[in-house]
Amino acid sequence: MAKISNLTPAQRRTRRGIYTLGIFTLLASFPFIFLAKDSADVTYGFVLRDEWVLINEWIINSKTAAIIFISLAAISTIASYLFFLKGKKVGTFSFIGAFSLLMAFLSWAAKGSFIPLTGVFQGALLLAVPLIFGAMAGVICERSGVINIAIEGQLLAAAFAAGVVASLTQSTTWGLIVAPFAGALISLILATFAIKYQIDQVILGFVINVLVIGLTGFLYKKLLIPYQDTWNSGPILSPIEIPLLSKLPIIGPVLFKQTIIVYLMYLAVGLTHYYLFKTRWGLRTRAVGEHPTAADSVGIKVNALRFRNVILAGAVAGLGGAYFTVGAVGMFGKEMTAGKGFIALAALIFGRWSPKGAVAAALLFGFADNLQVVLSIIGTAIPSEFLLMVPYIATIIAVSGFVGKVRAPAADGIPYTRGSH
Amino acid sequence: MKKIFNGSALLPLLAFALAMLIGGLLIAFSDAKVLALRSEPWEMVKAGAATAWNAYVALFEGAFYDPNLARQGGGQGFYPISETLVVAAPLILAGLSVALAFRAGLFNIGAQGQFIFGAIGASYIGFTFELPPLLHIIVAMLFGVFIAGIYGGIVGLLKAKTGAHEVIVTIMLNYVASYLLLWLLKTQAFLREGRNDPIAPDILESARLPKILGSEFRISVAILISLLVAWLIAFLLNKTTLGFRFRAVGANATAARTAGMSVAFVTTSVMIVAGALAGLGGALNVLGGEYALTVGIAGSFGFDAITVALLGRAKPLGVVLSAFLFASLRVGGQMMQAKTDTPLDLVLVIQALIILFIAAPALVKALFRLKNINSSTGMAAKGWNG
Repeated sequence: MAKISNLTPAQRRTRRGIYTLGIFTLLASFPFIFLAKDSADVTYGFVLRDEWVLINEWIINSKTAAIIFISLAAISTIASYLFFLKGKKVGTFSFIGAFSLLMAFLSWAAKGSFIPLTGVFQGALLLAVPLIFGAMAGVICERSGVINIAIEGQLLAAAFAAGVVASLTQSTTWGLIVAPFAGALISLILATFAIKYQIDQVILGFVINVLVIGLTGFLYKKLLIPYQDTWNSGPILSPIEIPLLSKLPIIGPVLFKQTIIVYLMYLAVGLTHYYLFKTRWGLRTRAVGEHPTAADSVGIKVNALRFRNVILAGAVAGLGGAYFTVGAVGMFGKEMTAGKGFIALAALIFGRWSPKGAVAAALLFGFADNLQVVLSIIGTAIPSEFLLMVPYIATIIAVSGFVGKVRAPAADGIPYTRGSH
Repeated sequence: MKKIFNGSALLPLLAFALAMLIGGLLIAFSDAKVLALRSEPWEMVKAGAATAWNAYVALFEGAFYDPNLARQGGGQGFYPISETLVVAAPLILAGLSVALAFRAGLFNIGAQGQFIFGAIGASYIGFTFELPPLLHIIVAMLFGVFIAGIYGGIVGLLKAKTGAHEVIVTIMLNYVASYLLLWLLKTQAFLREGRNDPIAPDILESARLPKILGSEFRISVAILISLLVAWLIAFLLNKTTLGFRFRAVGANATAARTAGMSVAFVTTSVMIVAGALAGLGGALNVLGGEYALTVGIAGSFGFDAITVALLGRAKPLGVVLSAFLFASLRVGGQMMQAKTDTPLDLVLVIQALIILFIAAPALVKALFRLKNINSSTGMAAKGWNG
């Protein structure tokens, strides 16, 4: 057991995070349970098509469901506190707790309605796809010490390139191949100016976003609108069913009946996690991001490694950008990424610069985003705008230190010059 | 960051010229008529140059002086420059907001959100209450400034108390402000009678800023107010103790702390003032031109403000000049789009390129083979945890 009296600042922040979850659970119990005057049945639908085991529907009283999910959140809070006392990681419980709170909210807001839950999860996953790719790009970039505010620009440029190339060649494959190169090209600007010219990376990322929004907007109006038939009418990827797995109830259709981009996303997450924590490259990347001088002293070429990582990050973000065009609607639209790059940045920070955490945060944000779509269809008292604010407010709470330790890699954003540190 | 804003005026000029040149190439080589001449390179170059030249002439006429309008008499030829000044006024204030924060070592990306708050506040007072003319304007402006100041202050307070990075917080607060505006415009309090689309009622006559060139021009005292505020900020920064503290913390927070200054106090108060400045920009945009709150009330003022502050090197006079430049690009860009079918988005490209070139003086030096530009004008970096 860790002694409560002398906690490190990081532990204290983790504890504060658990308290925050507890307080939120307590606060949520009032509107959803104690103050909820009327209750009605909520019907959760699970079946999409032809899964093996058919769980048809789950009909439950809205108040009962709220009690169940609030209890689940409370249990998660307690469990994470116990794990914290034992000095173990509490991330999984925090995720379950936050998810339960969202489900309690959904049960309360959707009383008397039918919610196709499997469809909601599927939609949430799809909304999270660009966020997850963007967040992985952020992990690769920032873990090696270069701030990546330009995720938005990388996504947008890749969405544009993938859409245009897929349209010109009438082939989704070419669209998918080009997208990472487009993302990497944007990264090349970021890497050159950040590492070679050592410009403030926040300013730089911001300017790159403006540049990409301007360029794609310009070309969109000049080429894609007037010559839409050739330039902007690309094909769309069709879903691939994974045999057996896609027949599993609930998770089958959600996870394993998707386009290749989604499978690439699983791969990207797995590889990022594996390479970052289990390989020499990962160790070096983290060393360069935390203490470049020490890394240099053992012979790691700090700036070369950073340069390569930034380019790689752009390629990863590029795949996420391809989702917008060849993965979803086919046509490119002006500023179609609509701030998703910044939500990806938020997920990165909320997930504490770790691949697993960022994925969990991106899924939560995707879920909140999709709740807003679902609730606006069934009509509810909560304005959709407030649900749309969730990722942003959650991130502010996170960086303010209320949700555990949120600390960037120590050398993140600081250019390295040999001998100056 | 401390070394960002030194150096001569030569660099911005070269950066501007280079950005316009690249923009011109973009115009020329995205034009179908020019591309059709691929077989004759020389003709193609001539056609390309002519296309770009025509676009820039339209941009200039749309921003400053239009000979076609001039034929109508009554000084109508100067209508474009009056419009440029209408746009410049809020942009100067938003630019000052970012610039002031820069001087204290803070990067205020949140001018957009603060601008929205100022516009909401001014609009609400403007259409809800009936007050005597001058008083109405002052109350509306102050309320907008007040809530925007609080909105900015939150950022400073969080930074001072918890170390939350102001860039992350302001990015997130921009989205929160946009969604709040979207929501407000659907509520009863902000819904215009007889309309279902998100537009607030027009502010009352008594809340509108007086026009200075007659009713045919939109230009109002807003531009004078913004110039006055720019002068006040210059005074604050250079002649007062508070301004000295701001700059001291911006130059070296550790040294300032050692010297007994409260960095937390400076961080919070800088962000309050920055929020208030951007909020005043939002208020003036409503009271001095738009009159009604809409979803697009803030346009891209808050984001342009960042480029304005960077180009203006975070100095009040520089901000005024670069706000005027970017306002003329914006306004002239509209005419360029209408007349020559050149998308307004070109302006964004030019803005981004200018900042990139200014940010990397080494690049411009290499391109122009210059030797005497001070290299330290680069925007030196600081980290997430700093």
